[in-house]
Amino acid sequence: MIQVLEQRRAQIHRKGETATPLRCDRRSVAGSVTQRACAFCGSRVVLYPIADALHLVHGPIGCAAYNWDIRGALSSGPQLHRNSFSTDLQEMEVIYGGERKLKQALEELIDRYRPKAAFVYSTCIVGVIGDDVEAVCRQVARAKGIDVIPVASEGFRGTKKTGYQAACEAAFKLVGTGDTTGIGACSVNILGDFNIAGESWIIRRYFEEAGMEVVATITGDGRVDDLRRCHGARLNLVQCSGSMTHLAKLLETAHGIPMRRVSFFGLEDTAAALYEAANFFNDSAVLERTRDLVGREVGRVYPALKKYREALAGKRAALYVGGAFKAFSLVKALKLLGMTTVLAGTQTGSPEDYELLREICDDGTVIVDDSNPVELAKFILELDVDLFIGGVKERPIAYKLGVGFCDHNHERKIPLAGFEGMLHFAREVHATVLSPVWQFVPRRSRRSSASTPSREIISPSKNPAAVEERKGLA
Amino acid sequence: MKAQPATPPGTVTRNACKVCAPLGACVVFSGIEDCVPFLHGSQGCATYIRRYLISHFREPVDIASSSFSEEDTIFGGARNLRAGLANVTTQYGPRAIGVATTCLAETIGEDVPRILAGHAADSPGGPALIHVPAPAYAGTHTDGFHRAVRRVVEHFAAPCTPHAGVNLLPGFLSPEDLRHLKELVAAFGLACTLLPDYSDTLDGAAWAEYLRGQPGGTSLEALQRMSGARSTLELGRTPGADRDTAAAWLETHHQVPRIPLGLPVGLRETDAFIAALETLSGAACPADIQRERGRLVDSFVDGHKYVFGRRAALFGDPDLVIGLASLLDEIGVRPVLCATGARHQAFAPAVQAALDHADPTDLRILTGADHASISEAARELRPDLVLAGSKGYPLARELGVPLIRVGFPIHDRIGGQRLLHVGYRGAQRLFDQLVNTLLERRQDTSETGYSYL
Repeated sequence: MIQVLEQRRAQIHRKGETATPLRCDRRSVAGSVTQRACAFCGSRVVLYPIADALHLVHGPIGCAAYNWDIRGALSSGPQLHRNSFSTDLQEMEVIYGGERKLKQALEELIDRYRPKAAFVYSTCIVGVIGDDVEAVCRQVARAKGIDVIPVASEGFRGTKKTGYQAACEAAFKLVGTGDTTGIGACSVNILGDFNIAGESWIIRRYFEEAGMEVVATITGDGRVDDLRRCHGARLNLVQCSGSMTHLAKLLETAHGIPMRRVSFFGLEDTAAALYEAANFFNDSAVLERTRDLVGREVGRVYPALKKYREALAGKRAALYVGGAFKAFSLVKALKLLGMTTVLAGTQTGSPEDYELLREICDDGTVIVDDSNPVELAKFILELDVDLFIGGVKERPIAYKLGVGFCDHNHERKIPLAGFEGMLHFAREVHATVLSPVWQFVPRRSRRSSASTPSREIISPSKNPAAVEERKGLA
Repeated sequence: MKAQPATPPGTVTRNACKVCAPLGACVVFSGIEDCVPFLHGSQGCATYIRRYLISHFREPVDIASSSFSEEDTIFGGARNLRAGLANVTTQYGPRAIGVATTCLAETIGEDVPRILAGHAADSPGGPALIHVPAPAYAGTHTDGFHRAVRRVVEHFAAPCTPHAGVNLLPGFLSPEDLRHLKELVAAFGLACTLLPDYSDTLDGAAWAEYLRGQPGGTSLEALQRMSGARSTLELGRTPGADRDTAAAWLETHHQVPRIPLGLPVGLRETDAFIAALETLSGAACPADIQRERGRLVDSFVDGHKYVFGRRAALFGDPDLVIGLASLLDEIGVRPVLCATGARHQAFAPAVQAALDHADPTDLRILTGADHASISEAARELRPDLVLAGSKGYPLARELGVPLIRVGFPIHDRIGGQRLLHVGYRGAQRLFDQLVNTLLERRQDTSETGYSYL
């Protein structure tokens, strides 16, 4: 059997079988090979799409190098964000301090690229050697006349969640510094969409068509000036709540803007998000246009889903994603395709998130917090899944075991948000689940692979429960 | 001619042409049988490196972390390190754990050897614990790679009866390269310990069941016998110029003769490698390898006019750039820009030594370069093609010239792990690709659209 580490058992549940609440919101167990990243990663992904800002990583080279142009976060204008700038600290600077190099780097980059603002990300080392990053930022800001904002993103501070918070604090420094003249009554900010494959553009179009003004998409296709004036919007819609709730709360406290948690994945959730905003404004024209838009789009997409639903009915899906809100939407979207979610996990869900996840999942669904490759492999086999939804780090686990995969993370190149996104999602899922290649993978083929070594731990054929379950579905 | 530093020291790095030392160490540990790489530091390091390696190799790459928190940073991470080692042992049942200390652990001054010794004493029969310091502020991923190779050798090499086998230290090559090197050495009847050997572990078959690690890798038994080998073949001009490598250590401490060679990329460097194998084995080069060489020369003749005088920009890991420069030189392509992100004194002289036919007035060699400085130089030098990993794509796109993907990382194509660069066969593949890429460009841009070329 694949062993689950003793310390991890309380973070795994099977709906209908485990009565106690799922343990979560804890630091990762050392040596467990968590799929989580660090605080730096969290800050970097959230602020990354702000395309006319300078993003300088203060630290040794690795931190900056690994995220050079990794997100598919598109910009309709400047592309400065797609660069990777680093102070590339060397041994001597670690000993004597990196402040001088940081100052020089900032001045050089600001002179060369003329950004609207600059973000300076602290990495672990900077936290340890004690550079006064804030003082350097203040100095350069004065000299160059732009905002230079430190981001307290030292990796060891915590998981991505900690980094999200630091990013929100940094972004908030710009909020309220711009002119809000001309912003109408039916106006929203969309927080927590990062314009992967152009998704913010799709969402923005819906709102504009329904007669609602989008003041800022934060941070997808982001601009410094949009952040400066986003406090003029009347409502904040927060997707990817883990990353952006903190900024929405800051906006609520400082500027009295109410917030609503929404999601733009799947037909149901996209429609609900639009209605949520339309109902908030209580403007009959907006409501009517929203109804028209939703009716038209659902009427267009739903019938087109039929052939995919027929092909995918009864297939079993596993999902492991960063935040819980995406998991909720995916469970619903998979249901719409006739599929069952047998595993739902997240890196950083909260107790409330997992409670809600449990409500929308079927009995027997495994729910897991902060999982690792060994556990995910175990579930893939035990639950005999046909599809895995996750990010790049989960992909080889699925592929190696002969399971279809759909990337629902920053590297996807096809927009999955909005009504049309649901159609793309269906095509993506269909293209992987129905591929003829699975007939050849050892797990599915009758012939056992010649290269199969003896260090087997679990095989699906030896798991009667899964086999029985499959028979029942057939 | 001296290499020009790409940017004056002390200034910012824009789009680095390197990654950090722990990545190289993780690749080495991945190439040891039943060994789990472990990073002592923040968990982001392990996660980022996993993601980066997965994008290239498209294989599971499990790297454990001690997951430093704020308290560990202040009070030391010994407890986490030990808990982590215990958990890796439970989950993976490895025979070895390769611990690389990241910037953070190095800077707070963790006494990792002492912690590891304590852990080993408390858990008899547990996995071997190999330690390599790998702070990102000292050197690049290739330095981390070579340092880890040396630490692995030091860790396992015990006094051992001399034997007829040879050690082969290939450097950071593709799994396909490693497979081909093993094949070549075996063709001379030589027993060989290849370190690291990730030819299977980072390019394995589909699994029928879950495996705790990919099968394959250099065995611990083979590592223990490296000190008794007849010789150590050390590939790569930059480690060859370094006095602190694994091969140098084996020579000093165990009197195993060190044979430094370039990467066997192109005809001449492969000839040198084959000659070394002939000398070591006392056997003549097998006929099928000779025929492979013959076909390569024959194809050079068939294709020479299509490539002659073309200007190439090449950048990436230092030894691969040196090897490719040599290949380009022998087929009449002019390397006009040879750059690496590493800062190696040996790089520029080695590039120059590889070039018999280049025009020195038209050649720029950059060390410690980043992609911004490479792009700036390339805009002036106007190459006809670029040889680099996927990181060369933005430049090739900007210049409107083809990119021939080589080395690491390849994350915008599949099959990076199966790219062959070494041997006559690797030279053949590279030559065919180079000629055909240029022919395709000419065909696509020709008004006539010739179908015979």
